[in-house]
Amino acid sequence: MISHIDVSSVLRRSVCDLYSNLVTRPTGAAVRIGIEHHLDEIGDKSLAVLDFTHVGLLDFSCADEIVAKLLMQYVSVDIPRREVYFVFYGMNESHMDAIEAVLERHGLALVTQLAGGAAQLIGTVDGEERKAWEKICEMGSALPADLAAAMGMPADKAAKTLETLWRRRLVIRQESGYFPLRSTIQS
Amino acid sequence: MPPSLDDKSFELIFDQLAAVPPDVKILLDARRTRWSSPYGLTALLAVAQTRLERPTITVPENDDTASYWGRASFFKHADGLYDISGRVPRARQSAESSVLLEVTPVVHTQDIHTVVDNIQQRAHAILQEKLHLQSQITMRFTMVLSEICQNVIEHAGAGGWVAVQSYKWQQRLGGRNVVVIAVCDTGMGFRKSLESSPSHRPDDRWGDRMALEETVMRGVTRFRDPGRGQGLAGVKKFIGTWHGKLSVRSGTARIAVVPSWDQDEPMFDNLAAFPGSQVQITIPERMGDA
Repeated sequence: MISHIDVSSVLRRSVCDLYSNLVTRPTGAAVRIGIEHHLDEIGDKSLAVLDFTHVGLLDFSCADEIVAKLLMQYVSVDIPRREVYFVFYGMNESHMDAIEAVLERHGLALVTQLAGGAAQLIGTVDGEERKAWEKICEMGSALPADLAAAMGMPADKAAKTLETLWRRRLVIRQESGYFPLRSTIQS
Repeated sequence: MPPSLDDKSFELIFDQLAAVPPDVKILLDARRTRWSSPYGLTALLAVAQTRLERPTITVPENDDTASYWGRASFFKHADGLYDISGRVPRARQSAESSVLLEVTPVVHTQDIHTVVDNIQQRAHAILQEKLHLQSQITMRFTMVLSEICQNVIEHAGAGGWVAVQSYKWQQRLGGRNVVVIAVCDTGMGFRKSLESSPSHRPDDRWGDRMALEETVMRGVTRFRDPGRGQGLAGVKKFIGTWHGKLSVRSGTARIAVVPSWDQDEPMFDNLAAFPGSQVQITIPERMGDA
């Protein structure tokens, strides 16, 4: 299931209908809780597109409360609350400044996509994982054997890399293989 | 009061105040003062907050100075803290005003939303047209302002004041334009903030100086959450990118991140004690060589 969440609407609903800027920790915490409520209403396996298109400013503290704490709950734990994948959509350069800083601080990574643009992997990802992620975007989908052949790496290593990317919710795992988040949106 | 009121000359006021118990009525004589930075105006309001007996301030005799203080909303807030002696000019906002953000109280989270909303449009015009900074700086500048104001609410334990102004230096940096942010509060200050952490283990060097070094230079906070401390780190990154200057005074010490164009000392210790923290950020005009 794909769920589109307009972050500026969550801000107006959760905090104040006059606000358009994501600033301060209390604001970030309120918006994160609003997003979590939304996620509680969708299925156990879902793709959430968090749309920042109408967000004015995002400061570091708010980015930490929304992005980092959300990812840490759903991605960066051994048993996440549910199988939720995130695509951060419509972010501008200043949003990216704040988000990249918090990702680096916590060792996290995420997939972002500009309107009409290609998906991008940002944050803390090692070189091998990044190459594998880019290859799987290029291929559209892959089983470990496909990735191993395409990258010239042992099959067990390809399987391990894909599993790591999936655990970090940077690719989607299905019975038919692993899929990049971007191609899922396009479909 | 000194004729020119900025972060350096304000030390003269702190020095004089240190000798006067807080329950003694004081008079701040601004009649001969002809200029004030945002730091001067916000620190004056902070001074009044530390006094048990309501102090008196005189209005500058120079009409332009008094008019500017009025436009910057100084008298509006001073009215609640001082007995004001002299004729207060009617506050009028000029279309050409260099006041980017009038003196604004920072007490609650919603005050920061107000600050951010108020400054965005004017910041865009001044930062790009006067300071020749790239368009994307407006957002980053506002992020910095937001983070500095949040420090007041989160760490000071008491409200503070913020003001932002652009002006042209007459002599320094070949007469460049600068934009200056000042945030002053009279809260617990950096040392007491760190001392409130359960993991705090003071040694014999512990004091305001070390607290400033820990927080400003090493990003230490009283919180266990590893996500904390990013605001100040972001401020320092911004300062470095745009060749700006950051100074933070707290208690009896003052630390500064000093760019190559400035001759300031990175650390002053044993200053006159004053509660809370007083922060100033200066961003200079971008020249062709920068």
